[in-house]
Amino acid sequence: MNAPATPLPAAALLLMRRDLRLALRRPGDSLLPLGFFLVITTLFPLALDPDLSQLRDVAPAALWVGALLSSLLALDLLFRDDGQDGALEQLALCGQPFAVLLLAKAAVHWLLTGLPLVCVAPLAAVALGAPYAAMGGILSAVLLGTLALSLIGAVGAGLTLSLRRNGSLLALLILPLAVPVLIFGARATALAIAGEPAAAPLYLLAALAVLAATLAPWALAAAVRIGLE
Amino acid sequence: MSELSAHNLHLWRGDTHVLRGVSFALQGGQCLQVTGANGTGKTTLLRALSGLAQLEEGQVRWDGAPIARDLGSYHGALAYLGHDNGLKGDLSAHENLRFGVGLRRSVSASAIDAALAQLGVAAQRDLPLRQLSAGQRRRVALARLVLLAAPLWILDEPTANLDSAGHTLIESLLHSHLDAQGMAVVATHQPLERLGERLRGLQLS
Repeated sequence: MNAPATPLPAAALLLMRRDLRLALRRPGDSLLPLGFFLVITTLFPLALDPDLSQLRDVAPAALWVGALLSSLLALDLLFRDDGQDGALEQLALCGQPFAVLLLAKAAVHWLLTGLPLVCVAPLAAVALGAPYAAMGGILSAVLLGTLALSLIGAVGAGLTLSLRRNGSLLALLILPLAVPVLIFGARATALAIAGEPAAAPLYLLAALAVLAATLAPWALAAAVRIGLE
Repeated sequence: MSELSAHNLHLWRGDTHVLRGVSFALQGGQCLQVTGANGTGKTTLLRALSGLAQLEEGQVRWDGAPIARDLGSYHGALAYLGHDNGLKGDLSAHENLRFGVGLRRSVSASAIDAALAQLGVAAQRDLPLRQLSAGQRRRVALARLVLLAAPLWILDEPTANLDSAGHTLIESLLHSHLDAQGMAVVATHQPLERLGERLRGLQLS
């Protein structure tokens, strides 16, 4: 039997390079969720009284609802094109472990839509009146939170792959699972803004991200296989 | 010698009993031509053979072992070409093949160029696939098939969108594939008589 000659890490890297190159050819697609996040978080200070203490009270909620909705918006990109042009089928049939390849795809998706959120989160936090001392906590929370959201969302995107209008169902599927991320993320952000130690919710966020990274690939592979049928 | 065999395959799609007890055996150097009117389950059969669709009953065996037991190594031996080419419109023909083939085996740029030339799309090497005609895209997908060098080909309407020269090309590709002891399952209504006694037929109804 001729096993695939490309070692798995090389194959996963190649797939990541392919997805990055595709994203660079269409930069608008991956910038849209970022713009959405910035718009949501900057609309709050405009709509509220220019009162710093009130702004700081809603800052965690605004940041995390923005991050959650923008990650939901981005999920559509993950499998849509590959599912339509048959590329996903070829991936499933390439003889490499499907779960690892899909994890690589999800990783690229995070690089394109999660990491930019992490980068602009300090900006949004400043707009919401967060003190500079809170930046470390907010950055770590958004980093861990977007990782977990990307992985959880990927499973949902896999499950709704075969449905033509999958947006609303995807939201219904994902939002309950994403609630813990929202709770701990917002809590960590609130504590950081208040100048208190935010280690406890950050640990829980990290645990969620690790859990998602451990379980999501297998769930993802099973979901996408069903979607391809 | 490798062998692909199907044993009493049954598959339902909703209320329709699409595959009703399909069985065959195929050895290296043989080609199975699947025919049948539209809607008789040619594509379903090919997807079931490739492990993409789950069977309600029956077994597909590769070298005597059910494919579900070691799907990874079975897929390593399989090159599948479905209705969709599985190529990215934003990548050039060359990039598509480099990524598409590279996931499975290392491939040199010159080998890719040679395959593109063999399929008659060398001039389109660096164009985004989006700009190619449907027939040219099919030719790029066939170039991937050649580069994968897999012992088992499963082809769903490989002649779709191809001109008459393309039909001849497919026949000669199949010819050399069978000469190298490869095997192929092809759903097509194009006559494949040139393959001679190596051709088996399967009529679905």
